[in-house]
Amino acid sequence: MDQVAALVIQLAYGVANLALISLGLAIIFGMMRVINLAHGEFLMLGGYTVVVATNNGVNLWIAMLILAPLVVGVIGVVVERLLIRWLYGRMVDTLLATWGLSLLLIGIVTSIFGASTATTVSVPIGVIRIGEYSVSGYDLFLIGVTLGLLGAVYAVLKLTKLGLVARGTMQNAEMASALGVSTSRIYMITFGLGAAVTGLAGGLLAPVTGVLPTIGATYIAKAFITVISGGASILAGTAAGSVLLGLVNGIFSFLTGPTFGEVALLLAAIVLLRLMPRGITGRFFRKSL
Amino acid sequence: MGGSLRELRPTLVWALIGVIFTLFAPSVLQLFTIINLTTAIALAVLALSLALVWGYGGILCFGQVAFFGLGAYAYTIGAINFGGSTWAILVAVMVASAFAAALGYFIFYGRVSDVYLGVITLTVTLILYSLIRRTSGPEYKIGNALLGGFNGVSSPPLNAPWDARAILFPEQVFYVAMAALIILYVFVGWLVTTHFGRVCVAIRENETRAELLGYDTRLYKLGIFTIGAGVAAIGGVLFCNGVGRVTPDVFSLYNAALTIIWVIVGGRGTLIGPIGATFGLFYLTASLGGQSVFNNNLVLGIILILFVLLVPKGVAPTLIDWTRRRSRPAGRERRRRRARPEGGA
Repeated sequence: MDQVAALVIQLAYGVANLALISLGLAIIFGMMRVINLAHGEFLMLGGYTVVVATNNGVNLWIAMLILAPLVVGVIGVVVERLLIRWLYGRMVDTLLATWGLSLLLIGIVTSIFGASTATTVSVPIGVIRIGEYSVSGYDLFLIGVTLGLLGAVYAVLKLTKLGLVARGTMQNAEMASALGVSTSRIYMITFGLGAAVTGLAGGLLAPVTGVLPTIGATYIAKAFITVISGGASILAGTAAGSVLLGLVNGIFSFLTGPTFGEVALLLAAIVLLRLMPRGITGRFFRKSL
Repeated sequence: MGGSLRELRPTLVWALIGVIFTLFAPSVLQLFTIINLTTAIALAVLALSLALVWGYGGILCFGQVAFFGLGAYAYTIGAINFGGSTWAILVAVMVASAFAAALGYFIFYGRVSDVYLGVITLTVTLILYSLIRRTSGPEYKIGNALLGGFNGVSSPPLNAPWDARAILFPEQVFYVAMAALIILYVFVGWLVTTHFGRVCVAIRENETRAELLGYDTRLYKLGIFTIGAGVAAIGGVLFCNGVGRVTPDVFSLYNAALTIIWVIVGGRGTLIGPIGATFGLFYLTASLGGQSVFNNNLVLGIILILFVLLVPKGVAPTLIDWTRRRSRPAGRERRRRRARPEGGA
């Protein structure tokens, strides 16, 4: 019984982890059909924000939950105004420009902080025991935060004026702008919010993974695959993609060790895309958020 | 059915320049430069393969390094097991092409769109990277070859065909690499003038229209993707000969980005542009060296952003446009002058 509970928590953490690192990407992709190749670097910047802030005496929780999303969100808005805005409608060029941005951000962070790990922060919550097994309390906290974050995004999209306008823009940008919505502003806000969510995720993961200028590369493969498998709807897509791939990854890692977990995840995603080229939400739950 | 010789003329001129360079370079340049140059040539073959797949096939492959790296690994493992490089080269090309064909089947027959395709190929590359990095234990071996994880495997050098004892010297490897680049360049240059190549270009321009004309676009895309992977694999074989070993870093995000940058900078729709850009950027990054302020990531990021925003066509097509625009009025002038009666002025 205890073993089952520990395994379930581990699987749930795998799923939540995928959802956490993908949600910011999914927001930007779902709203603007832009795949942000600098997504991994936004996560990395969130991590650096936390490390720099705590080194300067800021409380860890404030750094993770407030500063990281704030800093990366502002960076996102600046990037959207300076770079992405010129490339709307040119999807391939947007991809390439964000890739250039990814390299540039790695380069800038390397110039400032050097190529190796900055002082890391330790995991703030200790171990919780379930019978003979021990579970990281921080993993449980991250599962909770992910659920809360999904709920918050749902609430913003469904209950606020901004969410209504954003959903309208997402469905038909021209119609929305004909009705007096400044789509350019909506895109700017969306990109900023997506970046902020990504920064929050990066900040929360910094105690677990440490920070490096090139750490983004370890996240993006999984984040991309989750978002693409999930399809274009933000919440249902992220949830469906991360549940499916998280379970595949978790079960294969449990059976064969971590080496082949990611490979199984990738193979599952490729077979899935052969069957549903527009992702899960391109076929099912089409009307969902 | 190939293209006419007239169409191939620019390709052959560049090939001839390459041949002349090959003949004179070893007597002018130092051995160190020659060995470095071998690595750059290998990367140029990689650039050539992406110039074919993306520039002519319109397939946004962000993971061309996957085939390059698979070629390098397959060659190394093959050469260790066979005790000679002849069959290993063939194995490298087969492995990379087969992998591309399998991946391509899922992508093209699933009709995955452009952007998804780029992201999927990139993801495949990154997962290969993390997979091979983890293979450091003694249990990860193929035949006699340990995969070596993070440290990679040292590659046996090329030898003369079917004579494993006649190992080639670095200078000879340079000749082989140059010959491979020139032959592949002419091959690809010819391929894009064939019926197959023209259909691929038609698909790049308008896939629906090509399909309505009765071409199975999925099959043509799969074909050019697979051929491109084979070309990239030969680049991989040359690369691990130039460097002396193959490490998981061939699959890294940085290298995947680099390949894209060569083609963007050189120009899509030309072959010589990306090759030239490869040599240019190879020497630029080599001269930046290991210093950390103006590091390679920073410089390449700026280059990529500037080219996407300001020179989206790339250097070679922009130059061609520019010289055409310059020469057209001049040509008209010349014709007018020739049309004047003799002694009339």
